[in-house]
Amino acid sequence: MWNYVRLMGLGGIALFAAIGANLARDPAYMVNALTVMLVAGGLFLWILRRIDEPVPVVDPNEYLDGPVRFGVVATVLWGVVGFLVGTFIAFQLAFPSLNLSDLTQGYLNFGKLRPLHTSAVIFAFGGNALIATSFYVVQRTSAARLWGGNAAWFVFWGYNLFIVLAATGYILGATQSKEYAEPEWYVDWWLTAVWLVYLAVFLGTIIKRREPHIYVANWFYLAFIVTIAMLHVVNNLSLPVSIWGSKSVQLFSGVQDAMVQWWYGHNAVGFFLTAGFLGMMYYFIPKQAERPVYSYKLSIIHFWALIFLYIWAGPHHLHYTALPEWAATLGMVFSIMLWMPSWGGMINGLMTLSGAWDKLRTDPIIRMMVVAVGFYGMATFEGPMMSIKSVNSLSHYTDWTIGHVHSGALGWNGMITFGALYYLTPRLWGRERLYSLSLVSWHFWLATIGIVLYASSMWVTGIMEGLMWREVDQNGFLVNAFADTVAAKFPMYVVRGLGGVLYLAGGIIMAWNLWATVARQPKAAPTAIAVPAE
Amino acid sequence: METYSFLRTLADSWVLLALTVIFVGVILFVFRPGARRVQRDAAESIFRNETRPAEDKTKEDR
Repeated sequence: MWNYVRLMGLGGIALFAAIGANLARDPAYMVNALTVMLVAGGLFLWILRRIDEPVPVVDPNEYLDGPVRFGVVATVLWGVVGFLVGTFIAFQLAFPSLNLSDLTQGYLNFGKLRPLHTSAVIFAFGGNALIATSFYVVQRTSAARLWGGNAAWFVFWGYNLFIVLAATGYILGATQSKEYAEPEWYVDWWLTAVWLVYLAVFLGTIIKRREPHIYVANWFYLAFIVTIAMLHVVNNLSLPVSIWGSKSVQLFSGVQDAMVQWWYGHNAVGFFLTAGFLGMMYYFIPKQAERPVYSYKLSIIHFWALIFLYIWAGPHHLHYTALPEWAATLGMVFSIMLWMPSWGGMINGLMTLSGAWDKLRTDPIIRMMVVAVGFYGMATFEGPMMSIKSVNSLSHYTDWTIGHVHSGALGWNGMITFGALYYLTPRLWGRERLYSLSLVSWHFWLATIGIVLYASSMWVTGIMEGLMWREVDQNGFLVNAFADTVAAKFPMYVVRGLGGVLYLAGGIIMAWNLWATVARQPKAAPTAIAVPAE
Repeated sequence: METYSFLRTLADSWVLLALTVIFVGVILFVFRPGARRVQRDAAESIFRNETRPAEDKTKEDR
């Protein structure tokens, strides 16, 4: 019976999408409708062909690791794609002819590819890493199989469909012009549906746990899921112009819209890129170091302090704008207070290694995780400093901001994710060990040197640019035209692009190493279910 | 009073106080007597149940 309901639903969706593709008012909507039609139609056939086959019996005493394996593969692939696009647009900034405007009619301009890069690395790479690791961690720490049967599969595929819809939309011109929230209304609605199922699966597993305590990593993951749901819904309140077109109109306008956008934008950093990845830190560092976390008390205080403070920090993106003075000051003060819990968490992560520091010498995975925590510390020191109004007046709108974001994203999010991927892959596919530890070392050094080149060149160019913009002669006239700063930045842009090349090379080495771990080694331990990738 | 002024006044008086009290309460709760054993157990819970879920204890009691 349930299969017939599903068939009717999928058939209906495919039909509706076909009508949408036919009546589409813009190319982005048409391509997205065709994508949805193909996915729904494909699923229809897939279910139809299996309709009378016996349903495989699910053993509740096995963990559901299939979606985690797919998530690991998706994280690696999206990561390499995201780094590649990022490196390419870095060179577009250095050499504008790489926009290939004559050839591609502007479809591959920096302005189109930039949201593709940010969404690919934050939402596709980071999001898949968070979903996969959260499913892995919540099962192990709750000692229970994922709740909701195949709902976890829906979360994985639904989330990746969201990414494909968003990415094709950007190239074809569907954007609501909100940074890190570019997807248009129907993609937002789809993500909301997927996210609520994600919340249900995660919370359901915690509720049926067989451990008395909810381990601290799950607190961080849960805060990430709940807060992102709230931020996403409020920031994307918009009215579609037509149900057959991608354009929508924001409900908020002017300074309210700006405030909501940066309340979203900064908490996307705070709860997506910080809280979620801290969940990873609190599980994978103790596991890899084979020691419990340094101070569980500190981890609880870290959690609550972060939650209480982060949500107010957003207005520091809007210093010296139409935003009321008090709101900007509030954002600045909370950003500075945030330094304390951030460093509390950093100390907790680093000190987990106390008594096992020798592992830094022998285990490149631990080295990666420790450098990630180090970059977390650096980025969370730099951030509060940049939120101070007088510093911000120099740093805002310059490349310093881009350098700051990347030392956090490449250093903290990237490195902790690489560590988690190296930890997970042998275990998920039942292999004894990674294929090559020396390749992990290669990845580590390429990535680290890449980040250093990136961050230092952006500091130099950012501060130079800020100083050039404010330089006035003895009569009070500005000395430099904007184009002068662009010309002066050229060498640093090339260095930044080279840093990106190194980071990308590390990512490709990781992809090959993880592939070889599974494909070039015999199976050592049984895994729960057959793996499609084999 | 218009909504903005009302919410603004509420936010930086009673709501600020309530949030601060909850936050301080959480920190005091972490240091409650007897917490150390529970916290050590939670910190070490990641080293259990690595490969399969725990047995359902409620079923065995029945």
